[in-house]
Amino acid sequence: MDFSFSTEEEAFRQEVRGFLEENLPDPVPTTPEFLREWNAKLRAKRWVGFAWPKEEGGGGGSLIEQYILKEEMSLRRAPPLGSDFMGLAWVGPALIRHGSEAQKKRFLSDILDSSSLWCTGYSEPDSGSDLASLKTRAVRDGDEYVVNGQKIWTSAAKQAKWIFNLVRTESSSRYGGITCLLIPMDTPGIEIHPIDNLSGRPGFNEVFFTDVRVPVENRLGKEGEGWRVVMGALANERSGISESTEMTRKLDSLIELARNSRKAGRPALEDTSVRRELAAFDTRIEAMRLNGMRNLSRQLKGDPPSSETSINKLLRGALEIRMAELSLEVLGSASQLEGPWQNAALSFHGTVIGGGTPNIQRNIIGERILGLPKD
Amino acid sequence: MNFGFEEEQELLRREIRKFLDEQCPMEEVRRLAQSSDGYSREQWKQLAELGWLGLMLPEAYGGAELTWVDAVVLLEETGRSLFPSPLISTTLAGSAIADLGSEDQKGRWLPGLADGSRIGTIAFLEDNDVLGPAGIQLRGRPRGDAFLLSGEKRLVADVEQADLWLVPFRVGDPEDAIAIAVVERDADGASGRPLPSIDRTKRTGTLQLDEVPVGPDALLGPPAGASLGLSRVLDRGALALCAEVIGAAEAALRITVEFAKQREQFGHPIGHFQGVKHPLAEMYVEVESLKSLLYYAAWAIDEDPEVAPAAISRAKAYAADAFTRIGIDGIQLHGGVGYTLEYDIQLYLKRSKWARSMYGDADYHYDRVARARGL
Ligand SMILES: Cc1cc2nc3c(=O)[nH]c(=O)nc-3n(C[C@H](O)[C@H](O)[C@H](O)COP(=O)(O)OP(=O)(O)OC[C@H]3O[C@@H](n4cnc5c(N)ncnc54)[C@H](O)[C@@H]3O)c2cc1C
Repeated sequence: MDFSFSTEEEAFRQEVRGFLEENLPDPVPTTPEFLREWNAKLRAKRWVGFAWPKEEGGGGGSLIEQYILKEEMSLRRAPPLGSDFMGLAWVGPALIRHGSEAQKKRFLSDILDSSSLWCTGYSEPDSGSDLASLKTRAVRDGDEYVVNGQKIWTSAAKQAKWIFNLVRTESSSRYGGITCLLIPMDTPGIEIHPIDNLSGRPGFNEVFFTDVRVPVENRLGKEGEGWRVVMGALANERSGISESTEMTRKLDSLIELARNSRKAGRPALEDTSVRRELAAFDTRIEAMRLNGMRNLSRQLKGDPPSSETSINKLLRGALEIRMAELSLEVLGSASQLEGPWQNAALSFHGTVIGGGTPNIQRNIIGERILGLPKD
Repeated sequence: MNFGFEEEQELLRREIRKFLDEQCPMEEVRRLAQSSDGYSREQWKQLAELGWLGLMLPEAYGGAELTWVDAVVLLEETGRSLFPSPLISTTLAGSAIADLGSEDQKGRWLPGLADGSRIGTIAFLEDNDVLGPAGIQLRGRPRGDAFLLSGEKRLVADVEQADLWLVPFRVGDPEDAIAIAVVERDADGASGRPLPSIDRTKRTGTLQLDEVPVGPDALLGPPAGASLGLSRVLDRGALALCAEVIGAAEAALRITVEFAKQREQFGHPIGHFQGVKHPLAEMYVEVESLKSLLYYAAWAIDEDPEVAPAAISRAKAYAADAFTRIGIDGIQLHGGVGYTLEYDIQLYLKRSKWARSMYGDADYHYDRVARARGL
């Protein structure tokens, strides 16, 4: 057991701090020009895809250094490391693990340069939690697949250049009939219909495929290996969703809110139930952070992220709900109005449902870890 | 950074496991729980021979000079077995004497604690039920260079078994004007009176003090200078208790999972139903998160003492809530047999009831977490 950082790691932390001191204005600008410049600077330091191998264009940094980098960035509320969120979080890692040399060459540097943008085509109207029942068909025709079907809830499909897409190549085998295709979004036959989320913003989309022709070389992994690819990708997605640093920032803001609010005529922070709730949040976020470190340690020993990531996804889901409720409690009657906290209390549901609902995480733990019979 | 136990610690765990499986299976636990001693002197002697009573004491006084992380390994296993013994009390007494005592005092008391010939405990709680220096209202009446102690200490773990009682008392009005005396069993005017504990594998009772004289050579550290030492002992108590909670909670989970795999209703093992599977998954989340919090705290005690108190409070607050729920759900998921004396799950419920308030309940520890965060 050793939670200390080595001298090199501490030196790296200082380097990150120095960089932020010099390059990140306060308050952080949100203009597209600033983001472009920011991404370019980070790229030049090889901090985008920092833990990817050097031969793949990454920074060759250790997982620990990447943790330090993300923690420091989040402390200063810096914009994300690179803007191709899904490309960096799971498409890239899946390419590194399962991709051919040609595919890696073709896609990885664009992801790192933030010049590509990926979206993810798993869910279908009749296949959500039961993802393996997906029906979008891909039929082989010479050197191409012909894809027909529909995806739904596809985030960022409108802006994306590529879709990381699951299709069915074989109907007789539930898991073994799934294949992963990498498809350009401007391929003829793809149609995108935005769906407004409950806040009235275009949050996600329906994506229709009609005789979409995809070269066989765009297949990731072998035919029928899509389930294996996606299990790894989902574990990466879940460990990402669960990063505690974002929750720490949320708690900081919530504490600020409480500090400046009154409850029943008294400072909210003097209310014992408010104090206790805040301390419980602090504790649960710390548990998430340490669970994350434990996963990291396992990865350092060579085990890729797996079902254990469902732990933090569940912790985060429960925390989002309780933190939103406390913010409304502290706001008092003003919680009836629209406002940033009120809106957050509506929109957190996206993170709780996306990437697999809490019930599905409980099934994963119950069945894959505890060995209970499948339902 | 390495979130995991070392090879030697895994070895230690296997040895302890073997010892407990052989010497103290559940029938033996049940027998000891009904005995008047409450523990087995024979087993206690063996623990001493295996070096586990002086695990953290200095080598010069018969100890093995290991760390709190090693102690966590030991206590997780004793907790898993609900091993009835004054191990935590004796460990705390030894660590307080090693921490605060003079060389002369260490030489007088530590070898006996390490070789199993003497049992120690700490008598900290009074009528006001306030934990820590502020709760110490028992005043030492000066007589020459000694003090006379009169009063009562409540809920003293292993009070009747102990040969040494560590008794904190007040020597002045400032909150931190605390001294700690070592009162030996045969001291005039001191006596322990047992009370029935809700968990019969844990013994407790009242320490009665009637004009008990304590000379300067019985005081740990300078008079009025032991406040910090007292806080530290209580922190360590909370840490030790959490380690036992992890083992016990994990055992309760395992027992219930096994039951859910084997008991059939409606043509299925009940673990097939989500009303059973999901609470078990939640128990798993709680146990794993508690491990993360506690391992960090145990590491911090030795390696980063400044962050240790808050880290321990997070773990104890979390443990109190989590174990309470695990105890309750464990019974409920067993159905009728869960309510019998025959099934072991009730023993864990009783342990959870004992553990929730010991060394501070969730409210107490969340309040400390809130303070550490500046709330
Ligand atoms: C903001 C957001 C962004 C998203 N982005 C994407 C994206 O980019 N790409 C993509 O492919 N998908 C995306 N999704 C889809 C998301 O993965 C699914 O919504 C999710 O997996 C649930 O599927 P579903 O909506 O079909 O609900 P259903 O599966 O129909 O579930 C409905 C309810 O039934 C419960 N349920 C279902 N099966 C079981 C069971 N076996 N046991 C117990 N309870 C069960 C669920 O927990 C849920 O409460 C996104 C979703 C959201 C909210």
